[in-house]
Amino acid sequence: MQKGDFSKEFLEKIAATEPQWMREKRLEAYALYESLPMPHTTKDDVWRRTVDMRTQDYWRRTRRHLRSFAVDRYHPSVPNGAVSPEDVDYNEAETAGVLVQVDGQRQHTSDSEILKEKGVYFADLHTALQAQPELFRSYFMNKAVTLETALKSGNIAQRNKFDALHGAFWQGGYLLHVPKGVRVEVPLRVYIRMSEAEQADLSHTLIIAEEGSQVVVLEDNLSTTPDASGFHSGAVEIFAGQNANVTYVQVQRWNRHVWNFASHRAMVARDAQLCWVTAMFGGRLNKINQAVVLEGAGGNAKMLGLAFTDARQHLDVSTAQEHVSPHTFSDLLYRTVLKDRAQSAWGGNIYVYPSANHTDAYQKNDNLLLSERAHADTLPGLEIQAHEVRCTHGATAGKIDAEQVFYLMSRGLSYTEAEKLIVEGFFEPVMERIPLESVREELNTSITRKLVTS
Amino acid sequence: MSKDLTIKDLHISVQGNPIIKGLNLSVQQGEIHALMGPNGSGKSTLAKGLMGHPLYEVDSGEVIFDGVDVLELEPNERAKLGLFLAFQYPTAIPGVSLANFLRLAVSAVRGKGANGSEKDGLIPMREFRRELREKMQQLGVDDSFARRYLNDGFSGGEMKRAEILQLAMLEPKIAILDETDSGLDIDAVRIVGESVSQLIGPDLGVLIITHYPRLLDYIRPQFVHILLDGRVVESGGWELTQVLEAEGYDPIREKHGIDE
Ligand SMILES: Nc1ncnc2c1ncn2[C@@H]1O[C@H](COP(=O)(O)OP(=O)(O)OP(=O)(O)O)[C@@H](O)[C@H]1O
Ligand SMILES: [Mg+2]
Repeated sequence: MQKGDFSKEFLEKIAATEPQWMREKRLEAYALYESLPMPHTTKDDVWRRTVDMRTQDYWRRTRRHLRSFAVDRYHPSVPNGAVSPEDVDYNEAETAGVLVQVDGQRQHTSDSEILKEKGVYFADLHTALQAQPELFRSYFMNKAVTLETALKSGNIAQRNKFDALHGAFWQGGYLLHVPKGVRVEVPLRVYIRMSEAEQADLSHTLIIAEEGSQVVVLEDNLSTTPDASGFHSGAVEIFAGQNANVTYVQVQRWNRHVWNFASHRAMVARDAQLCWVTAMFGGRLNKINQAVVLEGAGGNAKMLGLAFTDARQHLDVSTAQEHVSPHTFSDLLYRTVLKDRAQSAWGGNIYVYPSANHTDAYQKNDNLLLSERAHADTLPGLEIQAHEVRCTHGATAGKIDAEQVFYLMSRGLSYTEAEKLIVEGFFEPVMERIPLESVREELNTSITRKLVTS
Repeated sequence: MSKDLTIKDLHISVQGNPIIKGLNLSVQQGEIHALMGPNGSGKSTLAKGLMGHPLYEVDSGEVIFDGVDVLELEPNERAKLGLFLAFQYPTAIPGVSLANFLRLAVSAVRGKGANGSEKDGLIPMREFRRELREKMQQLGVDDSFARRYLNDGFSGGEMKRAEILQLAMLEPKIAILDETDSGLDIDAVRIVGESVSQLIGPDLGVLIITHYPRLLDYIRPQFVHILLDGRVVESGGWELTQVLEAEGYDPIREKHGIDE
């Protein structure tokens, strides 16, 4: 496979077959990327917790986590269309469309007759750019994840070097457009794979559900080799139009050698409903920025997060629930289990703007530590500027309860079986809200795999 | 041949404080014993220590069941050997349904690869469901009980019934019931009492820890023991409960020179 690098020459090469405006958009992002310094985990507040939280005070000179990361080590691939298909496992009868991508290259797309009949557009992003330039121009990194999207910590906001990198070199990913009033009840499935070592995946997810439409997308990000190091710089943009109903599930199962940076942002219009599930199992270091914007009155967003980290994995997630319009509702529940020396930092914010009276916003983050050496930081936050608002937020972090373990063991379960049951029970409040049985099963498989590996 | 649980000169401490101080007791399969003692005398400490709770440290003494040194075993191995503890304060496990948990427990205790078990080592779902439903009916609990999260938000009475349900499903050889009657209304005591007495037979030995003779009306013990200051100071028959009812613990304390 041909490889590129993060240079201006390479950018020109990938932009050569693209419209002029896209080339300019890439160049603009590139200029920002060049101008922003590499994040510094002790100087930059918004990256402060993207570092080994136990050692940062004492071992300044050790090269840990972000400090040992070098963008230049990774190579984006050169897009040249589809390559040979790879097997993926899914139930055809329960799937409206499938897209498989390996190392930034589209391998396979198949639309069911239903999608074609209903006028749903579903294609890899490079094909879409040629076929749907207008949609692209109006939505792509223009309204949701943009170069202005900032990382925030308290009052400090900082533009994100990795969003700029993504804007300059994005490759792969997909566009899904569901026209007005079209309802697709059966899920679409997307498989994004990394296989080669030192591969950079810059996939972009763009989902546009027009007024009154309905769609379910299940996206799986996976490393096919257990120890090929990789780098993911991704973006997810979701537009739930007026009265639309969108379910988006992303399961991240990169291997433990992938550096994972992503910004996810969803815009929820008037009376629209979004059910957003984010499951995270992989990555060496993950810096995820996830926001929902309730733009239209009556909008409703449910954000469910489930994460299980082990070994020396580091997970740093910032979430935002931005209420712009009145009578909007958001409910976030994130649950993380940590094993070994894993670390997680979760910072969540609810913003209720002055225009958003009569808002309900809920937020909860819970962490379960399975080992003495695991570490979880959790920082819920509220910023309310409107009236008649109902908000609750809460956070917990605790070790596995010895009384629970004893109770289960006294009934014949081994320590391992007891621990597994307690972990499953801990995830249950998230699981029970996931509307798809097949997703719950897949997640359970990943959870079990995490529990047995050591 | 019936097996027995023999406790010899047992000493248990909690966070460095000695609680059980030289206790002797023996319970055989088929026998019913009652253990009575004032609050804080160490009844639950004994029960949890026998089951292997890591916080309850055995400093010396021995516990032998069927020739096996119980103190060497993990709690789950003790359960597999046939010991069971109905907890005074059962622990809630949110998110874990009673049925799901019990299927694992029953499979573990009856042994992997036991007759009819499935490849994953679990007893077949249909068989398990049938058995569970039957036993729930006997206990007078609703079918929906099985789907509820284990002890999570259970009323006091529901918790105790769930303990007895587990006892019925796990079919132990020796069961310790730690105040299974407290917190129950009169009807519930009757249901629990009758359910336990149905389970009683030559294969089950029971040690009932209680403050009230009420439960003992349903399950008449052959032996009654009094625990004071970490030791069994008196053992006798049914008449001992009557003495306690009439006079309380003070005369016994005095007799043995134990301060309150
Ligand atoms: N987990 C624990 N931590 C600290 N102290 C404990 C613990 N468990 C028991 N103890 C102490 O051990 C002593 C005996 O308690 P235990 O619960 O065994 O009494 P009991 O006889 O069961 O009382 P009750 O009739 O009230 O149930 C008490 O002084 C109690 O405070
Ligand atoms: Mg007690």
